[in-house]
Amino acid sequence: MMKISTTLLSRAPALSLNRSTKLSSYFPNHHIHNQHLLPNNLVGPISCFWAHHSTTSANADGNLDKSPLPANLRQELMPRHVAIILDGNGRWAAKRGHGPEVGHDAGVIALIEVMGLCARWGIPVATFFVFSSENWRRTKAEVDFIMWRFQKMLEDELQNFIRQGIRIFTIGDTSTLPISLQEVLEHTKEATQDNTKTQVIFAISYSGKNDIVQACQNISKKVRNGVIEPNEVTENVIEKELETKVTSIPSPDLLIRTSGELRISNFLLWQLAYSEFYFCQTFWPDFSETQFIEALQCFQKRGRRFGKRI
Amino acid sequence: MTSHIKFQVKQLIRISYDFLLRCIFHILSVGPIPTHIAFIMDGNRRYARKNNIGLKDRYRPGFLALMSRVKHCYELGVKYITIFAFSLDNLRRQPEEIQRLMELLREKIEVFLENDGFIKKYGVRLYFVGNLTVLGEDIHAAANRLMEETANNTTTYLLVCVGYTSTYEMVHAFEESIHLGKENRIIELEDIEKQMYMSIAPKPDILIRSSGETRLSNFLLWQTEFSLLYCPSALWPELGLWHMVWALLNYQRHYAYFQKKMKN
Repeated sequence: MMKISTTLLSRAPALSLNRSTKLSSYFPNHHIHNQHLLPNNLVGPISCFWAHHSTTSANADGNLDKSPLPANLRQELMPRHVAIILDGNGRWAAKRGHGPEVGHDAGVIALIEVMGLCARWGIPVATFFVFSSENWRRTKAEVDFIMWRFQKMLEDELQNFIRQGIRIFTIGDTSTLPISLQEVLEHTKEATQDNTKTQVIFAISYSGKNDIVQACQNISKKVRNGVIEPNEVTENVIEKELETKVTSIPSPDLLIRTSGELRISNFLLWQLAYSEFYFCQTFWPDFSETQFIEALQCFQKRGRRFGKRI
Repeated sequence: MTSHIKFQVKQLIRISYDFLLRCIFHILSVGPIPTHIAFIMDGNRRYARKNNIGLKDRYRPGFLALMSRVKHCYELGVKYITIFAFSLDNLRRQPEEIQRLMELLREKIEVFLENDGFIKKYGVRLYFVGNLTVLGEDIHAAANRLMEETANNTTTYLLVCVGYTSTYEMVHAFEESIHLGKENRIIELEDIEKQMYMSIAPKPDILIRSSGETRLSNFLLWQTEFSLLYCPSALWPELGLWHMVWALLNYQRHYAYFQKKMKN
């Protein structure tokens, strides 16, 4: 029981004061959440707690639309497209003596919070690297949990996304995902298609290299069919065939990677050509408004030249 | 008498420094040494402004720093070094500045062609990677000659990216794979990779960008998917041995965790 309390309290700094009072009322109801994988029916109560918690907080926030930017950020220097690599769930959980499932659980909460911030601050496009094609190599139990938890998040938060004006897209090979998750993704995309405040792209089962290869394969089909000449293939043509064609701003202005890893790890390789990178030591579950503001402040100070002199 | 003593003191300092360097390299060699390091040499103009260096000599401190870094890397056991000398985006700069860069390139190619002390000592094979037509005919011809003359060296490799952007490289690789591919065969990842300019070298283990900017600027996007990115705030001519040592220590620190992740 004490282990659970410390787990939850360590998550607490990311939450605001009025949420922590609701936290304490849930302590006595918790099941033990230990390092080896629990069967699905025992994992449920922890996740339900987080899901309830985030719904409550979202309702309590009230008027999200009219929140201005924090004072130290300038509207005209805000990035139009932010890409985030959600790294460090496993290590966050290991530091607290738990299995990776606890980390992924907490990571989903952070994801919902950051999505809300993007909508609140009017960032037009946000891409989240939820699951890489390399992540399939993890244990089946961990992968199944991630898929289950992500699906649960989409089902529980759909109304909040609609209220916040978030439109959901996905990039990546969704045919490799569980059928139920594929259906929920389709439903979420349809239900949010009229939203215009923020476009959120989930990169799930995504590989930057495969993205470029599939674009090349599509173009080679067009060349074979005579739709386009080989010498008409330019960088713009390839960019328009990449999976990020779902949005009008395919290239991120800012890439944030948490947990201190200094790599791109096969994410949006083409699109990151001129993006500013921001690496922070915080693990993803601890990434909140403070860290996001810090990243945006750092971005706003940078001088972007795109190869030429100012 | 005093000048003789001064000379001896300088000799002593130089010998001590070389000995210290060799000790450091031996210590670093205990851990994994990267096979390939890539450099983005940013900050030359800011350095020139800070130190009141004239327009004509703006890139010379950068070149000296480059030779120094490259020699240290080769002595440490790094086999491949790639440098981002001239991007296709740099063609948008002032014509005088482009001309200055081209002059420096021509001068250094001719120095290497005449006196190949550096090339002989380290057995360097030089490659010029990218769209070399931006160089102009005579420099293009000199670059080709230098590549031919060093073609038999196999100890170390220096890849100079000129007229290069990663997106251009990918478009070029795609076009080549279309021309060489059979009629109804689908293009695969391996086909495109084989046609890349940088297929002559393995993927970079570390990418170092000086002057504190943390972005790739369309350099080696395909190849650096798993490379360690290191962006010290020192300007390129100020990037010294200690930054290199720090980069290598960081690489060695991340190495074990990264290998474990790759195996999983």
